[in-house]
Amino acid sequence: MDAYYKPEHLAKFGTIAEGNKKLADKFFDWYAEVFKAGALSAREKALIALAVSHTVQCPYCIDAYSKESLQQGADLEQMTEALHVAAAIRGGASLVHGTQMLEHVHKQVMA
Amino acid sequence: MGAVETDKLIGPRATTSLVSRASPLASAARQIATLQRLPVADFKAPLRPAAIDIFQINVGKLCNMTCRHCHVDAGPDRTEEMMSRETVDLCLAALDRTSAKTVDITGGAPELNPHFRYLVDQCVARGKHVMDRCNLTVLLTGPCRDLPGWFAERGVEVVCSLPHHRKRNTDLQRGDGTFEKSIEALQRLNQAGYGKGDPRLRLTLVHNPAGAFLAGDQASMEKEWKEGLKANHGVSFDALIALNNMPISRFLEWLETSGNLQSYLELLVNSYNPATLVGLMCRNTLSVGWDGRIYDCDFNQMLELDARYADGHAAHIRDFDPTRLGERAIVTARHCFGCTAGAGSSCGGTIA
Repeated sequence: MDAYYKPEHLAKFGTIAEGNKKLADKFFDWYAEVFKAGALSAREKALIALAVSHTVQCPYCIDAYSKESLQQGADLEQMTEALHVAAAIRGGASLVHGTQMLEHVHKQVMA
Repeated sequence: MGAVETDKLIGPRATTSLVSRASPLASAARQIATLQRLPVADFKAPLRPAAIDIFQINVGKLCNMTCRHCHVDAGPDRTEEMMSRETVDLCLAALDRTSAKTVDITGGAPELNPHFRYLVDQCVARGKHVMDRCNLTVLLTGPCRDLPGWFAERGVEVVCSLPHHRKRNTDLQRGDGTFEKSIEALQRLNQAGYGKGDPRLRLTLVHNPAGAFLAGDQASMEKEWKEGLKANHGVSFDALIALNNMPISRFLEWLETSGNLQSYLELLVNSYNPATLVGLMCRNTLSVGWDGRIYDCDFNQMLELDARYADGHAAHIRDFDPTRLGERAIVTARHCFGCTAGAGSSCGGTIA
């Protein structure tokens, strides 16, 4: 059985224009603009993208931004810290909802 | 593999050079054939020399380190490939016949050539701007400990290799313990006045990526490294230059054994940037080998692709003819994609 994800599909990202060129053009123009150096450097943006890639668990993005982070001069330790930021936010997002759980428990359980 | 530090550099040492391992890739012909076999485009841009601005002299392949990315296959065992005093004098005579303002002294570790200081003094006396391509750790070895002050007295620009401003990638590329030694050497250079904005005591760092990817944005890296080295180690420097790794010698071997060769060549070819052609170092730099053979650049030197006059005769320092050299066609091959990729790569950093 074929795998769902094929690494060679990343290089074919532009072909999604086949179904709607106007929307694809708008997306790719905006995407290119997003990643240009601005108030944040290209390197900072690459590390943010690397972290977000892990949060949304997109294998294409993880591949692309691992390469980009390396090229922007990040090393494994810096990239791993970015990954932990992603993991901490995901974990924290679950945990902080526990304050809602605590409210219910405090209301409905005898003190 | 790590840096070899010794007070006595006499005779061969244990090393991981291709030559000492009798690796097939120790042969320049084999390296060229390896690149030619790949299903990628050939380098086709015709290149002609401009005036010689930079006279680059490779004084030998002896080095106290055996870095993984080295295109020279330098190491402590390369004691045979050492420029003689006679050849140094021929270089000086040739230099006097050019309008080159800069002499770029490289190797191996050029400081280990017994005629290094003589060469520097002669170039300084001629009013040339002198660059020493330094691996930093050599400055901690016995005979070289006084060099920071010695360089400062003569206004030599020190151009040092440091793959990263943090330890991990530096040690991966250059050997365990390299980063700490490099920081100590940089601190000594700072103490001698280097890296503090004085144009006479210029300290330049050279970044090569620690793997199969292109060098990043030079200006952005320079800013990040200045902040990081200052905050973490109290080290300052003047400029950073970023060079792509060339698919030659030990880096070629690593590309092959790590399964990155095809994809790296494709990366170089796909990143071809025609805006880099005008600033390529082969156009304004002449490279002289330890034995006096002349080349269009240090990379051609390591692939034994001699510079040739229009009649096909290989150029040598003993019959140096700057007029005929100015009429030559620059020798190119697939490794040239390393210099034309992305923002381009030269001995002076990014081009475009």
